[in-house]
Amino acid sequence: MTIKVNSAECISCGVCLPACPFGAIVWQGDKAYIDERCTLCGACLDVCPVNAIVREDEAREVSVDKSAHSGVWVYMERVGDRLRSVGHELLGQGRLLADSLQEELSAVLIGDDVSGLAQETIASGADRVYLVEGAEYAHYSTDAYTKALAELIRLYKPSVVLLGATTDGRDLAPRVAGRLGTGLTADCTGLGIQAETGLVEWTRPAFGGNIMATILCPDHRPQMGSVRPKVFKRPVPNWERTGEIVHVPIRVEASEIRTKLLEVIQVGAATLNLEEAEIIVSGGRGMGKPENFALIEELAEVLGGAVGASRAAVDAGWKHPLHQVGQTGKTVGPKIYIACGISGAIQHLAGMSSSDIVIAINKDADAPIFKAADYGIVGDVMEVLPVMIEELRKQGR
Amino acid sequence: MEFVVCVKQVPNTTEVKIDPETNTLIRQGVPSIVNPFDKNAVEAALRLREQHGGKVTVISMGPPQAEEALRECLAMGADEAILVSDRAFAGADTLATSYTLATAIEKMGHFDLIICGKQAIDGDTAQVGPELAEHLDIPQATYASKIEIADGNVRIEREHEEGIEVLETRLPLLISVVKSINEPRLPTVKGTMKASRKAIVLWTVNDLAVDHARLGLKGSPTQVVRIFTPKQRTQGKLIQKDTARAAVLELLGNLADAKLV
Repeated sequence: MTIKVNSAECISCGVCLPACPFGAIVWQGDKAYIDERCTLCGACLDVCPVNAIVREDEAREVSVDKSAHSGVWVYMERVGDRLRSVGHELLGQGRLLADSLQEELSAVLIGDDVSGLAQETIASGADRVYLVEGAEYAHYSTDAYTKALAELIRLYKPSVVLLGATTDGRDLAPRVAGRLGTGLTADCTGLGIQAETGLVEWTRPAFGGNIMATILCPDHRPQMGSVRPKVFKRPVPNWERTGEIVHVPIRVEASEIRTKLLEVIQVGAATLNLEEAEIIVSGGRGMGKPENFALIEELAEVLGGAVGASRAAVDAGWKHPLHQVGQTGKTVGPKIYIACGISGAIQHLAGMSSSDIVIAINKDADAPIFKAADYGIVGDVMEVLPVMIEELRKQGR
Repeated sequence: MEFVVCVKQVPNTTEVKIDPETNTLIRQGVPSIVNPFDKNAVEAALRLREQHGGKVTVISMGPPQAEEALRECLAMGADEAILVSDRAFAGADTLATSYTLATAIEKMGHFDLIICGKQAIDGDTAQVGPELAEHLDIPQATYASKIEIADGNVRIEREHEEGIEVLETRLPLLISVVKSINEPRLPTVKGTMKASRKAIVLWTVNDLAVDHARLGLKGSPTQVVRIFTPKQRTQGKLIQKDTARAAVLELLGNLADAKLV
């Protein structure tokens, strides 16, 4: 497939040049020309007033028997002996995809003695649970988990595989996709089924959150995607549901696991749980100096919430990078997100816009954060926060 | 020790703005830069070279102008640079990109450690590193905030949701690094002059032992079918009062009315 400008029809209006997100359309003489920066995204196709920009499809070699693949899978990530919420969120979405395809939904559980978690996944919507157990799976390792998941996929041939876009999910998914030679879409925030083809439409933010892209994986199976935590709601468990549990013996020799986990160093555990927090208080450059972050911590404590930070605050060294919320940090979706002294760059918004309620405090009434906030206070955070803490304490919080 | 650093030239997405009238990206005046996380990768390699000796080679797959990005890495202190560029690679997704880079790195011969930035700020996929490690059949450690090498053992601190994971592994290895690992050095005038005299090796499709069906768009399982601007949240109520207390009380009153607090 290529996209090109039919130069005979080009009227040199120049409308297409700024429409290209990648700057791939340039003047060649007085006609528009698409150079090698083109990623074939198609953003230019609709803007040309004379339809001089055309997409030409080439025949693609199809090597996969798509009819042999069926079913939607969700990989369930664990933290210690419990499941991360994102797995349940994906079971909720997976259920919708599976129903729309009229296929089954399965959960994949890998670990040491984890069969006790299977019923939870059935309650969240799984029809079947694939269990791979063994001492070698006690902790996540790229090598053991890649082997287990890739083997499972080869054995049972699902059509769609969803993983949470967590640290380990983003470590595992590309490794498995690479082994299977299939397509993977990262960090999705929207999932759907294309009516005419039955393909999964993977939608994700790109370009620093400035644009959204919808991606298909037409000819390879399974169609794989990682999905950001907290974008979708966790389904209400239905403990009446029943499902099938399939134990699959896949063993990994110690010599095949090339990385060894020595220890886990906790960093401010109580206020760091951004992914699961119902309330997050975040601070930005407007906090002025690192000591002032104590107010953020205090408000978070009063509200029983977690502490976030903007990229600017992390870059200034005021907060550990693990607290960073945004396109290159964590994606959060609490019930209430309180942005203090954060201007609201699009990269920050990309990480918190699925919050239910956003409250912003900023002294600049024109700060972009207010455009994304349900409630905004125009004022100095150093004056507003102490009063807010005091008033909330008065209410017995 | 032989270090390979993968770099990508990207538009500085932090300077991209959306035209509110047409809802399209305004790219005019947006500079192309070395992906910021890749600079951390170059810096990490340079520091390891300072400790252990060896050579740092930077490699990039991209259009001819990606040469500028490689030259900047040379100016920082990298020893050699390879540009993998051909129209045959255009339209590559992460799988085709990682495959192409893998064949180029195999052509280089011996390597000990490949370092990548955790992700590129234009695509933000974080997939090329792990897929490259898979093609080369070497272990990986992603999101590293610290790397130490002693006697062929590599100790890595990895940023994780719950804190820092400490991993131990052996070379050869691929590591992706986060921003907090270091502060990338600025090119010196001397470094820039030296870099301007260095030749950047260009490899086209004819230089690589590749399966043509796995390159570029044809070799890419994923296809972008639509690009659109994200739905914006709608602006709610703006509270402007003479005192902080009046503003806070109004906010808390609103939240109580909405049964939020």
